[in-house]
Amino acid sequence: MAIAMRVRASNGEIKVLMTHPSENGMRKDAKSGQVVPAHFVKNVTVAVNGKTVMDGQWGGGISKDPYLGFKVKGLKAGDKVSVSAEDNKGDKGSGEATVS
Amino acid sequence: MNTTRRLLLKSATSAGLVAAAVAAGLLKPGQALADWNSAGFTATKAADALGAIGAGGAAASSDVEVKAPDIAENGAVVPVEVVTRLPNVESIALLGEKNANPLIAIYALTDFDGSLTTRMKMGQTANVRAVVKAGGKFYTAAKEVKVTVGGCGG
Repeated sequence: MAIAMRVRASNGEIKVLMTHPSENGMRKDAKSGQVVPAHFVKNVTVAVNGKTVMDGQWGGGISKDPYLGFKVKGLKAGDKVSVSAEDNKGDKGSGEATVS
Repeated sequence: MNTTRRLLLKSATSAGLVAAAVAAGLLKPGQALADWNSAGFTATKAADALGAIGAGGAAASSDVEVKAPDIAENGAVVPVEVVTRLPNVESIALLGEKNANPLIAIYALTDFDGSLTTRMKMGQTANVRAVVKAGGKFYTAAKEVKVTVGGCGG
């Protein structure tokens, strides 16, 4: 299943919010008592006008529905921000925004 | 480090080019992103995780600040901001020192402008540590966050 995400950018800051369970592979399901298999986002990359400004790696310690915000020098209105992510099962997702 | 792949990544300025490289057999699908630091993310001690990312000798620095709540009622979602005035930031790593796997995230950065925010899980009261690599050197700072309900399951 594709990783859903929302990307926003303004005032020099890029914000990304994904929808993802971010299971670290250690949590037990409250009902079944079974360990929930690991399922988390491993890689996230952010580019501005095609130039990579962030190449991130995540572990299972990132919270459910991962959030990422960071400031980038020189970000200006009209710049195209593109984000891509991939999880440990090989599912991918991407999102775009224009800096406002 | 696969030098060819690095060069390809640097020269590939669009997803289309990466796709073309995949099609040409130069890149395997799933390899287009940075190599995941398996040793770092599976380490069970903060010192081991720092070693795995090359930051074992990080120096404590007042130019790095970890902003996080003093008390996190819900360890499943702890908002953390790393703020630094250091120039030429190359990467930032984030750790929950007493988590089962302390390493939370590593970010390689270009044109970074001093602030990065993310949300992490914490199993228990512990230091949240940020390690900033700038100008080829590692700088670190930490802040203790008290956790009343752990967020790592178990």
